[in-house]
Amino acid sequence: MKKLLSILPLLVVVIGVHLLTSATDTMYYLTQMTMSAYYSLLIIGLCVLMGYAGQISLGHAGFFAIGGYLSAALTTRSLIPYQDTLPVKLLDSAGFLLAGQDIYGDSLLVVTPWAACIIAVVTAALIAVAIGIPVLKLKGHYLAMATLGFGIIVYRVALACEYFGEADGISEVPAFMLFPGLSVSGNFGDRVSNYYIAWGLLLIGMVLLLNLMDSRVGRALRGIHGSEEAADAMGVNTARFKLQTFVLSAVFAAIAGVFLTHYNGGIGPSEAGVMKSVRYVAIVAVGGMANLWGTLLMGIVLNFLSLRGVFGSYDDAVFGLILILIMLFAPNGILSINVRYCLKQLTGRNKQDREGEV
Amino acid sequence: MTLELAIQYLMAGITYGSIYAIVAIGFNIIYNTTGIINFAQGEFVMFGGMIAITLLNFMPLPIAIFLAVAITMVIGALIEICFIRWLKSPSVLRMIIITIGISILSREVAVHIWGESIRSLPYFVGNEITSIPILGARISPQVLWVVLVSALMVLCLGIFFKTTSVGREMRACAANRKAATLCGINTQNMVTLSFILSAGIGALAGCVMSPITYSQYDMGTGLAIKGFTVAILGGLGSSGGAVAAGLLLGIIEAFSVSVVPLAFQDAISIAILLAILFVRPQGLFGSKEAAGLKEY
Repeated sequence: MKKLLSILPLLVVVIGVHLLTSATDTMYYLTQMTMSAYYSLLIIGLCVLMGYAGQISLGHAGFFAIGGYLSAALTTRSLIPYQDTLPVKLLDSAGFLLAGQDIYGDSLLVVTPWAACIIAVVTAALIAVAIGIPVLKLKGHYLAMATLGFGIIVYRVALACEYFGEADGISEVPAFMLFPGLSVSGNFGDRVSNYYIAWGLLLIGMVLLLNLMDSRVGRALRGIHGSEEAADAMGVNTARFKLQTFVLSAVFAAIAGVFLTHYNGGIGPSEAGVMKSVRYVAIVAVGGMANLWGTLLMGIVLNFLSLRGVFGSYDDAVFGLILILIMLFAPNGILSINVRYCLKQLTGRNKQDREGEV
Repeated sequence: MTLELAIQYLMAGITYGSIYAIVAIGFNIIYNTTGIINFAQGEFVMFGGMIAITLLNFMPLPIAIFLAVAITMVIGALIEICFIRWLKSPSVLRMIIITIGISILSREVAVHIWGESIRSLPYFVGNEITSIPILGARISPQVLWVVLVSALMVLCLGIFFKTTSVGREMRACAANRKAATLCGINTQNMVTLSFILSAGIGALAGCVMSPITYSQYDMGTGLAIKGFTVAILGGLGSSGGAVAAGLLLGIIEAFSVSVVPLAFQDAISIAILLAILFVRPQGLFGSKEAAGLKEY
């Protein structure tokens, strides 16, 4: 309940932003705010994995892409050629198929967005389990490289498969009707409702993770981060906790992918790129690793600025620089910078060694 | 598959394999002295090729390559001095993120200097269509250059580490940093030196491969992944292992083209990397006992 209360100020801010933009006639900001919210959903999931459990993942754009691509492909690629195969028949009898017409007037048989969303997220979770079991046995550089490798494989597959549209990606993704009258789409008229869908989802995710981190699971994860051997000795099933966190963060990423794809009406291979994964890691690092609120704040601010095009052609460079500067000077995140301490350091009055703290 | 085709594939495999081996040795040199995997290793290769291509406008090829290698060495030294040297016992996670940041930053610097276009050095001997017949297959003389230079580099590094006093100091630093410090070796300088060395060999590899594989601002990431695969495959830290594993991976990749589409070539080497990491993280040639002392 206390966690629910701590979310309240955020809710006020969310509504405040909406009112402010509508009052100042800058409603177009809401589009970027919506997209930032979806990216931030992925980022808070990664924050739990990296900050709390201490496991780096350079492949989270891969899970985002699995969610987005599967959902996009299932809701746009016609299943008519495969009508007689067993999986399609099963889907049909379960009422998950939708007949329609494409823009050229040909008949079309696709999966409904709800079913596609469930299939996409479940697939991402299964892949996370399959990848996570061997990968999470690794540490340090090996873990980083292995997850990076996974991300690149997803990128390559998206780029090489005709089914996923190769370099063009998938466009014309239909709207995702959550309830009658409320759908995830990029339509102009749905801008405000989509803003609230995205932020609603983000708030739910936030409450969930805040509660989780304040529970036995959260304490176990922090134990693992501190020392895996010690946590093991205290009876924490480290392998299981790490895997569960990995899958949880992959599910967050996949959900973000599904929703953003429906919102944008398409997805391209760049969403699966290595730079995206690195960017997510950068934002978690800036937010202070084991700091959900800091990560959320930085996720929104940096994604919003990036989407508004503030950094221009230096977009990736800015994230690279942020990454280096934060890791060099403030490994506990930008919010942890103690201004007075820094001033003391500069004037040379307090020559304490702060290195090796993280 | 005819014999000629097989030899053709084999030669292509050896060419790429020797480049991977050089990148892997670059990884190893830095890993040995610092315990860091330098994710920006591929960028040294890119810088070498790109700088040589630019310098070629003002001077003949050999001097351009020499200068490019020298400049890249300076870049390597600067990176170490600016970002690595003054950190005292940083965590692995922190170092990974810093080197990734350096790699991104280098790539962005490159794209703003040279743009996104694909460039290449001219062939050292002859041109695109010059070829030498070997056992019925036809290969470019540049392939021989790549193999020769790579072999020479491995040989020189071996001699350097075995016989010179600086090389021995670096090895001492790799074996036990604290003990090396106690013996009066300036380990910090050794770390800088390892960055310089690995930047240098990366840059030289970037120059000799440029006519065949072309140079582009974003070639580093792919090379780094392949190089890391090879370094792991051969056992992290072992140069001989890196050469053998590099050739192995290059040949597997070359022959895989006849089975799966080219677009999946990268996916294959990464799948090999994952498989090795899961099954034998100490590498094909690493010993199990030594592996027990390390953390994976």
